[in-house]
Amino acid sequence: MSENSDSLNLTSIRTKLDKAKGAGYWRSLDELASVEGFKEFLHREFPRQASEWIDDEGRRNFLKIMGASLALAGLSACTRQPTEFIMPYVEAPEQAIPGKPLFYATAFPVSGIASPVLVEAHEFRPTKVEGNPEHPASMGATDVQAQASILGLYDPDRLQTVNYIGEVRSYPSFLSSFVNILARQQGNQGSGIRILTETVTSPTLYGQMQDVLKLYPDAKWYQWEPTGHGRRMGSQIAFGKYLNPIYKFDQADVVLSIDGNFLGNGPGGVRYARDFVSKRIMRDGATTQSRFYAVETTPTSTGCKADHRQAIKPSEVSGFLQGLTASLNNSAASGPLANSKFYSALVKDLQAAKGRSIVIAGEDQSPEVHARVHFINEMLGNNGHTVVFTQSLEAKPVDQWADLQALVTDLHSGQVELLVIMGGNPVYSAPPELNLRGAIQMAKTRVRLGEHDDETSEICQWNIPMAHAYEAWSDAPAYDGTVSIIQPLIAPLYGGKSAHELLSAFTETPEKSSYLSVRDYWTAKHTGADFETWWKHSVHDGFVRDSAPPAVSASASLAIPRTAIGPAAGSGYDISFHSDPYVLDGRYANNAWLQELPRPITRLTWDNAVLVSRKTAAELKVEDEDRVAIDSNGHTVWGAITVLPGQPDGSIALSLGYGRTRSGRAGNGAGFDVYPLRSASNPYYARGASVRKLGEKFKLAPVQHHFAMEGREPVHAGTIDEFKQDPYFSEKKSELPPKGLTIFPDTWKYEGYAWGMAIDLTACVGCSACVVACQAENNIAVVGKEQVLNTREMHWIRIDRYYKGEPDEPDMYFQPVACVQCEQAPCEVVCPVAATETDAEGLNNMVYNRCVGTRYCSNNCPYKVRRFNFLLFSDWETESTKLQKNPDVTVRSRGVMEKCSYCVQRINYAKITAEKEDRKVRDGEIVPACAAACPSQAIMFGDLNDPKSRVTQWKRHSLNYSLLAELNTRPRTTYLTEIRNPNPEVGKSEKDS
Amino acid sequence: MSQIFSSGTNSLARMSIVIGVVALAGVGGALFELIADSTYATRQGDAREQPIPFSHAHHVGSMGIDCRYCHTSVENSDWSVIPPTKTCMNCHSQIWINSPTLEPVRESFRTNQSIRWTKVYDLPDYVYFNHSIHVKKGVGCETCHGRIDQQPLTYQQPSLQMRWCLDCHRNPEQHLRPRDQITTMGYVPSEPQAELGARLVKEYHVQKLDTCWTCHR
Repeated sequence: MSENSDSLNLTSIRTKLDKAKGAGYWRSLDELASVEGFKEFLHREFPRQASEWIDDEGRRNFLKIMGASLALAGLSACTRQPTEFIMPYVEAPEQAIPGKPLFYATAFPVSGIASPVLVEAHEFRPTKVEGNPEHPASMGATDVQAQASILGLYDPDRLQTVNYIGEVRSYPSFLSSFVNILARQQGNQGSGIRILTETVTSPTLYGQMQDVLKLYPDAKWYQWEPTGHGRRMGSQIAFGKYLNPIYKFDQADVVLSIDGNFLGNGPGGVRYARDFVSKRIMRDGATTQSRFYAVETTPTSTGCKADHRQAIKPSEVSGFLQGLTASLNNSAASGPLANSKFYSALVKDLQAAKGRSIVIAGEDQSPEVHARVHFINEMLGNNGHTVVFTQSLEAKPVDQWADLQALVTDLHSGQVELLVIMGGNPVYSAPPELNLRGAIQMAKTRVRLGEHDDETSEICQWNIPMAHAYEAWSDAPAYDGTVSIIQPLIAPLYGGKSAHELLSAFTETPEKSSYLSVRDYWTAKHTGADFETWWKHSVHDGFVRDSAPPAVSASASLAIPRTAIGPAAGSGYDISFHSDPYVLDGRYANNAWLQELPRPITRLTWDNAVLVSRKTAAELKVEDEDRVAIDSNGHTVWGAITVLPGQPDGSIALSLGYGRTRSGRAGNGAGFDVYPLRSASNPYYARGASVRKLGEKFKLAPVQHHFAMEGREPVHAGTIDEFKQDPYFSEKKSELPPKGLTIFPDTWKYEGYAWGMAIDLTACVGCSACVVACQAENNIAVVGKEQVLNTREMHWIRIDRYYKGEPDEPDMYFQPVACVQCEQAPCEVVCPVAATETDAEGLNNMVYNRCVGTRYCSNNCPYKVRRFNFLLFSDWETESTKLQKNPDVTVRSRGVMEKCSYCVQRINYAKITAEKEDRKVRDGEIVPACAAACPSQAIMFGDLNDPKSRVTQWKRHSLNYSLLAELNTRPRTTYLTEIRNPNPEVGKSEKDS
Repeated sequence: MSQIFSSGTNSLARMSIVIGVVALAGVGGALFELIADSTYATRQGDAREQPIPFSHAHHVGSMGIDCRYCHTSVENSDWSVIPPTKTCMNCHSQIWINSPTLEPVRESFRTNQSIRWTKVYDLPDYVYFNHSIHVKKGVGCETCHGRIDQQPLTYQQPSLQMRWCLDCHRNPEQHLRPRDQITTMGYVPSEPQAELGARLVKEYHVQKLDTCWTCHR
């Protein structure tokens, strides 16, 4: 993200890069090659006119307006506050105490898999999502999507009314015309009815669907979602039945991931991160670590945590697994990578850890790969131990591609009178050769239940707003099958209806509420005595206890059907398709928090990109931000290049979920749509694609270099052998100034509480759940792509991603950085109005109402963690998003500096609670939003004056170090060095190929 | 013809500019302070108009109803809470049932619409005040709200300026009272306030909190 003249000029930079080999940590190829633009980021606080006036109104105009404002500025303090009103309840609801939030247990389903959550509600207004600590899938943590779900609820672009061909109608008027349509179908057993849903896992919804199909026996129900087929069909191929694999990472000594992004992402990702990290952390006297190999078609945040990571083209994955299967059988090694030290070490490690290893395939990998992985796990004796299976979580697992084809065939036959599409967005995500848009229009009546007026709604006559998960009753299983009862937090904001209500419209009770549907289902299902008590407990807890299905035994066979074999070779590039880690298949494209959240590896915001390796970029003669056309599957898409270390040569990685045209104001126009390149026969990857350089540029907004720190090794990392040899090896890397070296009087002793934080880099998996949690908790504004380009993003935490070593196959490290709360803070001494001050407990207070916006503080901050409201970034206009704001944190206005506060509102709350009970704050009573959300528990907060507190114990560990310790700022946040467990046989600098 | 102005006038003229500017700034500053501290700006003593002329003097002073009968959450929440209409109706469904003054209360109860009270003690939005901890630490209702039992229409007793808050936050012993006297109006300490305050500071573990994030965040 530098000016064209500075950016990756290939020849010169490659020579520089080749010389730079073996350098320490670097953030990007630009930095490695010391491109001028990068230095600017390093030396200037807000480079490239971030602090200059570059907006639409001219400078002259600005001065004109300000002339008048300045004259009156002094008088602003003399005016009275506007009169405010208090609207008390007419009758106070039970349990509600105004000013005290209530937490309700519910769940947020993504593709049918529930994230068990507790939703914080202020006066019955949901504001924040926390994990459900009692649920095995959450244990108190959440993933990114669950954190961002609260913004999805208040999304002002949601469909707000029932409408019929653009005319606003009421739901009752829909019901009355629906009855007429159904009446025509009663005579022919419903043979003209087709229902298209996403993957259905809700037991209640399935029960209702069966009732509908009983009433209309010839009606057909199809399910389709663009992703997730590999997992479903892989088990079908390997076991002959649909099974749900559950991985026990806390029991695995060796893990091999094939494109898997299981740490904090996807079904079970929250629990998996916790389990995986439990075998990796060096706290509590651990001396061993599991070993993690990753083979990836594009770098993922999970792959970054690998001890050994190998890039591989998507077309080689199958061959690699075939070779691995043979090698594990002690046959001769063959296939891709077979001659590398990586491979021999991997085989040896896997063979040595039979029954204690896991091989896992990524969600975007093909059924074939999943089947082969199941078979390898079987060979290694892992199935039944580290990998257990339950029956599929889906109510009716089917080959969804066959379902979609069947629907298109039905539509073309002209027999579809009524098509009901519930959820999903198939017109956007279906392969182009099916021409779903045209086919759907052949149905006579098209009814759509959707959250947005999207690409699919456009061609449906009846559009019914869909209730958000927090607006309606439902149920859904978590990754392990434990069923959550989903309870609403708020009445539908826009009169939304749930799928349960729409299915009821088919029956004799068309207005049956989703509450009654869910409750009736469980009443019929419940076998114990007292239903009412059981129901209340289940709703209160957020899940039905002991509802996880039992493990089933299964034996895998290796009979890959011909249809599952990947596409034929062609001359050209491979393309691997990936769900975006945040907006997934595009379903959350209009969530501004997710759009602005930097992708873990590319650090891109608001766009997807064409990811290529350095070598491929050289072949194509392209550099960053060059627009290219990609031809594949008979279609062409246009996107901008990002050169990414760790990307396999000869393969392009594209993420789904972008290029939406009717998602809303946040998602429209972000990135480019790659669905046209996915063929129905092979949606996992493509071969023989050609890439053409277009000779034009497209501005991308990566935050790669923003807020780069200068100093000695911000990230500390080492191997377990180094740690065993010298537990204090990491500390020796820092240059600690002598104790008394300070010009500040060192008199304050911090005798009360002394708040501090420790972040274990071994545990951090880079999932970014903390960043969104912080955004929700602290009312942090979204700034938009233009402002991100100006380095004006407002996130209080950033997760720096560092590379180390070879420019093409680097090791990657994550480091979350927020305000480290210096005891001797450089920001304080330069503030002319004392708007930032260290308090008696060591917190670096930032006082918005005092701040006059000189920005001296952020200019003097070596950690670059202060964020300035250059413009009025907080949304003071949109009514719906006002409801989301945390009432305990000020919504900042223009011209004010802000930064991490360790969630001081939570500290104050706990202190007040403790004082009222005449005791001290207990360890663990205060959990900042970031630490609460963290799936791998990488963040610990507490009182440093309490010798027994966990944070004190973390900080006593030999691996503890301070960021930029040489500056003598005495930060309250410290880090625990990342420890990895590489196989000594692979060798650090050896390059595999 | 002699010159009207001597050459020394130049210096005088320059000096008068400087003096003028300084004087203007001084007057401006003084004016600023004057207005900012005026009861016009702070609304101190300003009895606000309410939809119902509710009299604390009657309910507290004459009837002797405890503060917490209506302000129920004063001991456990940030807010002491303006009571729900239902609380009014507890009595006023029995007494003064036909009073026209109370029609807004009955209307609220009938229509399930809130009564729209004007906020009297209105802190800026960047100030986070918690009632419950003050009550717990021995700050009486009267300390901030004054003789509410003598106010027919409720007005803002103190200035609510930051310096007023800090007066007590820095010297809490001058304002504390035993917990059993929290709601007492017209409280007179049985021993010298200095001694009592010092004892209560210890007993109630009262801290002198004057860091920014105590109230602002």
